Amino acid sequence: MKLELRRITKRFGALVANDHINLVVNSGEIHALLGENGAGKSTLMNVLYGLYTADEGDIVLDGVVHRFKGPGDAMAAGIGMVHQHFMLIPVFTVAENVVLGHEPTGILDTLDLDTARKLVREISDRFGFEIDPDALVEDLPVGAQQRVEIIKALARDAKVLVLDEPTAVLTPQETDELMGIMKGLAKAGTSIVFITHKLREVQAVADRITVIRLGAVVGEAKPTDSAATLATMMVGRAVDLSVTKKAPKRGEAGLSVAGLTVIGDRNNKVVDDVSFEVHAGEVLAIAGVQGNGQTELAEVLVGLRTPSAGSIHLGKMDITHSSVREVIDAGVGYIPEDRSKDGLVGDFTIAENFMINRSYGPPFAKGLTIDFANRERIAAELINAYDVRTPSQVTLAKKLSGGNQQKVVVARELSRELNLLIASQPTRGVDVGSIEFIHDRIIATREAGKPVVIISTELDEVTSLADRIAVMYRGRIVGIVDAKTSRETLGRMMAGATV
Amino acid sequence: MSDGTETPVVGRGAAVIREIMSGGAARALLSVVAGFVIGAIFMVFSSEEFLAAAQYLTSRPADALGAAWTAIAEGYSALFRGSIYNYTAASFEASIRPMTETLRFAGPLIASGLGVALAFRVGLFNIGASGQLLFGALWATWISTRVELPWGVHLVVAVLVAILGAAAYGAVVGFLKARTGAHEVIVTIMLNYIAAGILTFFFRTPELLREVDGGGTPKSDAPAESAQLPLLLGPEFTLHAGFILAIVGVVVYWWLMERSTIGFRFRMVGHNADAARTAGINVERTFVLAMAVSGAFVGLAAANQALGVRAGLTPDIDGTIGFDAITVALLGSSTAPGVLLAGLLFGAFKAGAPQMQVIGLSPEITGVVQGFIVLFIAAPPLVRAIFRLPPPQKTTVIADWWQKLTTKGDPK
Amino acid sequence: MSTVVTPGLFSQVDVSVSKKTPYLMAAFAVFVLVAFGFAGKTEIVAFQWSKEDDLIHLPDFLVASNVVGLVLGTVLVAIAVFSFVLAQRTRVTPLWLTLVFGLLAVVALLAWLAAGNTLPFAFILGNAVVLAVPLALGAMGGIMSERVGVVNIAIEGQLLTGAFLAAVVGSLTDNLYLGLIVAMIGAALLSMVLAVFSIQYLVDQIIVGVVLNVLVLGITNFLYAQWLSNDGQNSNFPGTFPIIPIPGLSAIPVIGPALFEARITTYLAYVIIPVLWFILFKTRLGLRARSVGEHPLAADTVGINVAVTRFWWVAIGGLVAGLGGAALTIGAVGAFGRNMSGGQGFIALAVVILGRWHPFSAAAAALLFGFSIVLRIWANQVSPGIPTDFITIVPYVVTLIAVVGFVGRVRAPAATGKPYIKG
Repeated sequence: MKLELRRITKRFGALVANDHINLVVNSGEIHALLGENGAGKSTLMNVLYGLYTADEGDIVLDGVVHRFKGPGDAMAAGIGMVHQHFMLIPVFTVAENVVLGHEPTGILDTLDLDTARKLVREISDRFGFEIDPDALVEDLPVGAQQRVEIIKALARDAKVLVLDEPTAVLTPQETDELMGIMKGLAKAGTSIVFITHKLREVQAVADRITVIRLGAVVGEAKPTDSAATLATMMVGRAVDLSVTKKAPKRGEAGLSVAGLTVIGDRNNKVVDDVSFEVHAGEVLAIAGVQGNGQTELAEVLVGLRTPSAGSIHLGKMDITHSSVREVIDAGVGYIPEDRSKDGLVGDFTIAENFMINRSYGPPFAKGLTIDFANRERIAAELINAYDVRTPSQVTLAKKLSGGNQQKVVVARELSRELNLLIASQPTRGVDVGSIEFIHDRIIATREAGKPVVIISTELDEVTSLADRIAVMYRGRIVGIVDAKTSRETLGRMMAGATV
Repeated sequence: MSDGTETPVVGRGAAVIREIMSGGAARALLSVVAGFVIGAIFMVFSSEEFLAAAQYLTSRPADALGAAWTAIAEGYSALFRGSIYNYTAASFEASIRPMTETLRFAGPLIASGLGVALAFRVGLFNIGASGQLLFGALWATWISTRVELPWGVHLVVAVLVAILGAAAYGAVVGFLKARTGAHEVIVTIMLNYIAAGILTFFFRTPELLREVDGGGTPKSDAPAESAQLPLLLGPEFTLHAGFILAIVGVVVYWWLMERSTIGFRFRMVGHNADAARTAGINVERTFVLAMAVSGAFVGLAAANQALGVRAGLTPDIDGTIGFDAITVALLGSSTAPGVLLAGLLFGAFKAGAPQMQVIGLSPEITGVVQGFIVLFIAAPPLVRAIFRLPPPQKTTVIADWWQKLTTKGDPK
Repeated sequence: MSTVVTPGLFSQVDVSVSKKTPYLMAAFAVFVLVAFGFAGKTEIVAFQWSKEDDLIHLPDFLVASNVVGLVLGTVLVAIAVFSFVLAQRTRVTPLWLTLVFGLLAVVALLAWLAAGNTLPFAFILGNAVVLAVPLALGAMGGIMSERVGVVNIAIEGQLLTGAFLAAVVGSLTDNLYLGLIVAMIGAALLSMVLAVFSIQYLVDQIIVGVVLNVLVLGITNFLYAQWLSNDGQNSNFPGTFPIIPIPGLSAIPVIGPALFEARITTYLAYVIIPVLWFILFKTRLGLRARSVGEHPLAADTVGINVAVTRFWWVAIGGLVAGLGGAALTIGAVGAFGRNMSGGQGFIALAVVILGRWHPFSAAAAALLFGFSIVLRIWANQVSPGIPTDFITIVPYVVTLIAVVGFVGRVRAPAATGKPYIKG
């Protein structure tokens, strides 16, 4: 089926998320939609899928203009979506999730789960997915959950399949498999729209590429174009994402972790006998696909979780069972993975957010009262120094863009006297300009002789920032290698192969 | 670092008006108006004259309308006479007594309203104000009727005990929520009934708090003179120092929530408990502390009820204060000045009750008005839709002006 | 190369399950064993199974009170030990076992209270069922609401509305069925307000619920004072539904008269509970409703209209709760009194949570609470030794202990309480 988006425009108040976008996807074609975070790709797809209504423009399928009042209409027209954040009900089975919305029924509206199971098995076998229809979704690993998402779309006879940033949660090998699946689907006649910001993938699998920047189409590109060309089109200026850093000045051990084990919410070892050391003036990156225990490792390091075994030492100080406040006071800076949930209080002003983890004494407090004068002064300095784009320091934090919010968190943490910096997914959902800024600051911390732990699922970020890389898989450290290790080796480690 | 959108001078006046109309104060005021309108409707349909005239509405509508208008006028003027100024009274004292009654009734409403408001801002629903009040009153009554202390000290101790007792009862809720994750709405409501049972038991048992020479009904002795809250305006009026306690509470609340670091952390937990935990705050301990402080404010109301009377207490001394406190907190948007004003309004409703009864209108009608006011307050978009108010504005003319007024030097 | 999917992600660990339940059980079991058994009363209790006019008349079962305490106490200790063993093996105590424990403990308490007297077991059971009906129906309404993600604190207001309208309309029109229908519609309208406010206007659901309760209480109080108390003969004298015995079933000894000689409100409850279970877990309608409560965004993306689903489930839940309210007046005592529901709406909410949002478990929990309310009425007559005030608060204490002690952090439908905002 041929898909055309003509002059699609979507506004949110004063913000123009999609600006007269034109897109043509031919039948059986894999069309990549390339753009950096915040460029408007997801908005466009939400319009296509009927979750948003466009302010202007048309959606045309095989020459027929369609008006979608909701996802039901889009699905009936043959559009299927595999979302970035899975739209699955964790407590339902695979079969229930796949048929939700178009369930086979018997008498009295009873669910015909046998038919549902057959449907799941049939599609699963056709593409070699190996999914058990009666498994509870919440018990499945992330890669399997994504396959359920794909089955969901295919079960509705999707002729256009949209995949929104599908590789964020996959190992390099699983990514290759996904690309194989995509090529298979395309050959069978499905049109595929593949949304991503990763140049490598685009070059590997796309037939045609449309580049979006700041809500508008910048132009079309060919998969044979160089990465540099694509990156420049994506960002609008020459981008050098490589970071220059001097050789590490390794001091004594700053952070030592030995035999650390953490029991997770489902009675499993989410962190399994982990040991490593980070020296002063060094960056250790924890690499791995999302969901292998990195989140829990970060939480246990800062005191948000208690380990069931093992020890954590900051220099000579034992912080294994310290509370979060003790860890903060010991000089540990923490940039959490989810800034809007854990890093900032959205309904507080930027100035207030600068003091949320330092409200017990100077400089932000005088005895039991807030030191308003000091806070104002410090907030102004930090906003200036970290280039936070905001009308004022009393703007609510939730009104800032993702990149600026992250800069507030970074500013807050780096403005203290630190003995250790832990940064978890520091540039997720952040625009390129802010990415460069934050990377520079992290390196600066390293230069200042502090130990730094970066946790990231972005291999590019890991290889450019790290001095050494520890790869996590199913809660264990598969190996700790030098930063110059090949992507291929790293990819195999991320899938569990030991070095 | 301005982004270049300065409001032009010409448009400022209009922007100010739009900002006022879209703000919380306008909405609160209009919710009150809407509540009064609903009350008027109830008054009309309770009037026998109207119901009689309505029988022949189509032939002589003027009668029905006249009866309706009379019902409304009589109802609200009775309220006015009872709560603000009695223009038909014989003496000066009698004419201003209504105002003093309003203040007297407002005292415990403001105090307990502060308690509920504080809980709201920490993200908790303290529906247990009546239980906390009863528990505080129990201990205060013990001090005031069974323990002898010198003048002055007696009252202070009794008030302190009321505050601590109520705070302890509130802390129990916080503790249970922190330790077991129990739904605090159910816990507080059950504790309300339990407190009522305990208090009744104490007032019924001679060895405990029952009045000397008492009969079957549960009742305590009157508080000792040295433990009674002193009258503020002399023996002509019943206004006592309980109102002062409430005002002190308002000031303390304002300082606590807006100026202190403890209040800062309370608000943090209320907005985003996850971020607070990551920032090092012990959220569970904060819940316990917040419920205890919330109970402490209710304790001021307990002191008011237990020590502001000259006769023995019955187990229903909490009256409707428990739920009134919720309505006060909601109408006052959980801010210090808001709770003060809301408490005064609802205190006026209570003060006006006897006068309304005189004209045959059940004073429960104020409960209806109160309920509808809060219903409207609880749905900002609804009021906005009814009165066609503008949505929250993006211009910041008022905020900028206020900031210039209150900050020293250049904010940037 | 295809990847084999292995269920379970990380190495499993045998971690201990919380021992809170077995410890609480042990405490209660020991208390029963000691207080009602070893230190119990020696007088004979006559367990009266049948009433005078029953078809099959079973003889009274005579036993010393402390013997009952000893026997049941031992059984309770055994259950507590079993629960402990389960916890050691990292398995959770099943809900039904906890409810059985509760029921046996209550029987032991009854036996202690009735020492030297007759324990009219059938009579108590029958009363417990009647008292449980409003709780169970309120809980069904609560389940319907919470399963689609709307917290319903306003069950109290719905019960009160139903009770008021049933009594007044039934009285004015002399037609109890009309009163029943109006009661259900009235409560449904109330829940529609809750639905609209929380779905359309995005107001905090708990606040709306609390406010609606306050409002209904105020309005019913006003109307009672202004109208009903002056004009009671006309407006507040509905009578009650007749008791209809089901032939055959009502002849079963012990449980027959209790369960099958009841009013229509009770029989409707017997029908509604399994029907709700069936709809929720066996039909397409129920699957979609549950998906809205678990993950409204996911439901939206497959074309389910979240707002409409929430609205109708909450509204029909209101119908059911209104029936429960009617059961309070025309299904039980007749006339309406001030604050007729007296906190039972909140007990119903506790029943929803205790029953883990499952209709059958909630019904069982409602029965347990029905027993605790019967206690209040009956124990006073039989054993005046205990202060009445303490007896009065038994149902509330039981609720508190249940919510705090035995429930812990259960998993509500994941999206309950959060308004769903479309992009």
